[in-house]
Amino acid sequence: MSDVIELRGFSKHFGAHPVLNGIDLAVRQGEVVVILGPSGCGKSTLLRCLNGLEQGSAGELRFNGERLDARSDWRAVRQQVGMVFQSYQLFGHLRVLDNILLGPLRVQKRAPQEAQAQALALLERVGLADKALAWPRELSGGQQQRIAIVRALCMNPKVMLFDEVTAALDPEMVKEVLEVILDLAEAGMTLLIVTHEMAFARAVADRIVFMDGGRIAEQSPPEAFFSNPQTARAQQFLERFSYVENLPRRKAS
Amino acid sequence: MTFDLAFMLSTLPAFGRAVLTTFKVGLLAIGLSLLVALMANVLLSFKRRALDMLVRAYVELARNTPLLIQLFFIYFALPSVGVQVSGFTSAIVAMTFLGGAYLTEVLRAGIEAVPVQQLEAGRAIGLSGGQLLRYVILPQAGLLSLPAVFANVIFLLKETTVVSAVAVPELLYTTKNYIALYYKTYEMLAVLTGLCLVLFLPLSLVLGLLERRLQRGHLGF
Repeated sequence: MSDVIELRGFSKHFGAHPVLNGIDLAVRQGEVVVILGPSGCGKSTLLRCLNGLEQGSAGELRFNGERLDARSDWRAVRQQVGMVFQSYQLFGHLRVLDNILLGPLRVQKRAPQEAQAQALALLERVGLADKALAWPRELSGGQQQRIAIVRALCMNPKVMLFDEVTAALDPEMVKEVLEVILDLAEAGMTLLIVTHEMAFARAVADRIVFMDGGRIAEQSPPEAFFSNPQTARAQQFLERFSYVENLPRRKAS
Repeated sequence: MTFDLAFMLSTLPAFGRAVLTTFKVGLLAIGLSLLVALMANVLLSFKRRALDMLVRAYVELARNTPLLIQLFFIYFALPSVGVQVSGFTSAIVAMTFLGGAYLTEVLRAGIEAVPVQQLEAGRAIGLSGGQLLRYVILPQAGLLSLPAVFANVIFLLKETTVVSAVAVPELLYTTKNYIALYYKTYEMLAVLTGLCLVLFLPLSLVLGLLERRLQRGHLGF
């Protein structure tokens, strides 16, 4: 299988502050990569560099073998690299269907009937067929996030980037969003996922990439990573997550 | 002091025409001001220093000089360099010059209030800069600016009284004319004040209603 995304010695700094430091990463077609790591380790910045919301400072980024930099046609790339944000970011002045169709109609100039048919089919797939004419504000967080996923999918991207998409949701809504992502993974789409849902990471990932301090500290298959992390930093990170689960009952006063 | 009611009634046809003139001047100036504000903000969206300074200079010049002086400049001073304009045209140009500057600032504030994450969401689906402005930024900025836009609409309508100074027969000009001819000062000022209230107060209320309706539909306020 060919590499869809390839990073070599990729770095990014904000002023003097390095955020990504010599990242080497190759993502194969159809692979599901979950990026884990503590806050501020550069996970989100890495995703944002992949669709040009941020530009790298050094090193190489290739998409489908083609090298990308600040002068590249990012509008073309973004049609193939969908992104979903933590805070959904549906357009509040547009109904659900118009949110979804903005890209297909205005950017891709597709025929309205064909694009609308796809939008409705995708809404059906995420269980929101009845919300096509709703306003974003009328929907729950989980519903909004599923619409945001549909909005990205309706561009027919080759890769989807998920940036902590369940971090702002109630546990009940987390489930409905994760099911949609799982469904995409099973359909063979290439996914890069930043998340703090450890069980989900374990269930969905082909590979875990663990980042720390702007570098990739470790990458391994999920079973190996969770049962036997190689670096001390990853062990520490995983312990923090199990800490809450294993919290002992406090003594009754 | 006696109120000559019969006289007041006899002037109403003339005031009817004056009301039409006031609205003609006011609405034309408001429409053109909105256009100016839109164009100024498109210039600002290029984020070029020279364009920013151009818009800045215009806004400061228009806001920091009195409307009456702007009006006199166009009506009395321009003819000396060979540009002859009618009172009506001067009125429209001067009020657009002022209103455009105020509305430029109003719209700018609205644009700056659109969250940056919304712009990123737009860019993430491949929208170009122009498309982002047209389909995401301006519709949202427009809704956010509505209260201030409507305040300025009322302000500009009232401000039309200033153009009586260049003989445009709107409300104040008509009033002063009758006062000069018939010395019915109280009666005419009463008619003027009454008409202003009758015209602008309902308009204010309707605009307020419209604002709530539009914003509730779209932004969920």
